[in-house]
Amino acid sequence: MNAEPINVTGTLIRAKGEVLLSVENISLRFGGVKAITDVSFDIRKGEIRAIIGPNGAGKTSMLNCINGFYQPQEGQIVFKGERRAKMRPHRAAAGGIARTFQNVALFKGMSTLDNIMTGRTLKMKKGFFWQALRHGPAMQEEIAHRRVVEDIIDFLQIEHIRKLPVGKLPYGLQKRVELGRALAMEPELLLLDEPMAGMNLEEKEDMCRFILDVNNQFGTTIALIEHDMGVVMDLSDRVVVLEYGRKIADGTPDEVKANQKVIDAYLGVAH
Amino acid sequence: MSDIATRPAPSLLASPLVKFGLIVAAIVVALAIGVRLDTSNTLYAIFVDPFQQMVQAPDLLVQTVWEGLVSGVLYALIALGFVLIFKASGVFNFAQGIMVVFAALTLVGLYEKGVPAFLAVIITLGVMFALAVTIERVVLRPLVNQPDIILFMATFGITYFLIGFGEALFGGNPKQMIAEQLYLPKGAVDLQILGGLVSLQKIDIAAALIASLMIAALAAFFQYTRIGRALRAVADSHKAALSVGISLNQIWVIVWFTAGIVALITGIMWGARSDVSFALEIVALKALPVLILGGFTSIPGAIVGGLIIGIGEKLGEFYWGPLVGGGIESWLAYFIALGFLLFRPQGLFGDKIIERI
Repeated sequence: MNAEPINVTGTLIRAKGEVLLSVENISLRFGGVKAITDVSFDIRKGEIRAIIGPNGAGKTSMLNCINGFYQPQEGQIVFKGERRAKMRPHRAAAGGIARTFQNVALFKGMSTLDNIMTGRTLKMKKGFFWQALRHGPAMQEEIAHRRVVEDIIDFLQIEHIRKLPVGKLPYGLQKRVELGRALAMEPELLLLDEPMAGMNLEEKEDMCRFILDVNNQFGTTIALIEHDMGVVMDLSDRVVVLEYGRKIADGTPDEVKANQKVIDAYLGVAH
Repeated sequence: MSDIATRPAPSLLASPLVKFGLIVAAIVVALAIGVRLDTSNTLYAIFVDPFQQMVQAPDLLVQTVWEGLVSGVLYALIALGFVLIFKASGVFNFAQGIMVVFAALTLVGLYEKGVPAFLAVIITLGVMFALAVTIERVVLRPLVNQPDIILFMATFGITYFLIGFGEALFGGNPKQMIAEQLYLPKGAVDLQILGGLVSLQKIDIAAALIASLMIAALAAFFQYTRIGRALRAVADSHKAALSVGISLNQIWVIVWFTAGIVALITGIMWGARSDVSFALEIVALKALPVLILGGFTSIPGAIVGGLIIGIGEKLGEFYWGPLVGGGIESWLAYFIALGFLLFRPQGLFGDKIIERI
């Protein structure tokens, strides 16, 4: 058993890649409420990492810690070898962490195109002065970024809604636009908070395909929270399971599925 | 044949023309009866006489509308400052009025201290930038995530600080705006129209032009640039804006600085028409009814609202003012705003207020 078999998705190879982000002994409290207690895990370069757990397990809080919306009281986050106790959202974004939200957070009044363009904010460097003039370098820059955004729109197959204000779009499409905005940041780490919540089967399949494509084509590392177990087991390379803010299991989908604690957490256990 | 007979006769009221005609007829009849009963001529003085005057002396009407238009443009500018800040940070900036005074005062004060006029403008812009940075650091950043009312109260604090600071630096006496040194035109253009003489102050023409240019420039900036997009993004959702790496702090500085530039231009224009003193602040409060009319979140709303209030109050003062002894200009704007609050609380262009239950 020394030569481990390499399976089709390359799980084992990737699971051995270098660590992109690791969370070390994170604890987060809101007053007396413990949202997360002493949780550690890592995310390796190029993998799809799922975070699962029953409602209120602290999954979204975990993502919020990673991208700087919350500051954990204890513990540290190491991202690309850089160790920090505190993270600021725009610093996280600049470092290459993009995310989507559980309840879509889009700029409702703006068009799909403009929404995705905001994802390029950090990539656009030309100063206030040129911006105000809308000429010269700022104009060329705008055109170059517009090209990238058009590619993303093609990739997500949302050409037909480019100019529509996103507030009017159906929920499934809004989720897709939100993914597009995150992709426009060309992130190294993409955090997806329930990307398939509230979708029908067909939309779910589309979204799964996009997530796999992003992972394969751009090599983007993805951490996702999802409730649909079928999706989690199919997509992810490794799964971490939280319950009541504590980590109860961590491993490949098959390992996690067989774990007694996980089964108890999901099915309940007789006391 | 039989089926025509059973078909209901088309309602006359279905035609909008007929409906309109009926309404006009009803008004005419009501007026006719009213005039008969109107022994003290009150109704005549309110509903007939002003319009007769307008028709008889159209030149006076044009003159009045023009004056209303000019003050309307300036109201719109002040309201624009409010809208910019409200949109981007959700703060109702009570200090916008005093920022107008402070900017104008700084400009004139610097000039009096011997700084050349255009250099003074640049330095004043620098001061407004420093003010924006300071407000962001000292007031907004510590109060992040506090309820709106607390931020609103904080802007009261800014107001009184600026009054005191401005007075301490430049004294409390009214000052003359340095219009001539800034090459703003003086004098008036007399137009021979409609059988009368209409006199347009050149400074008013300049004010209207500059204000329109600035509004157009701001609109383009908001629509087409990265920073403009970021501003709109912040206005829409703080959390999503943060997630794409927009720095709220930077945006706030930009917004307050932009409001400062708008304040300076407003201050120059208004100061050139009267003089620069803290009394201007009262005028700045007129932006409130403008905002109620136009909606707190709409730039076009601020402009249209400003024009309606400006023209409305001048017409009201000129034609209806004498009925109650004049002086209605100072409160008519608030009265119009009150009417709007009753029927369209979100304003003409504001976002519709939808409350989820």
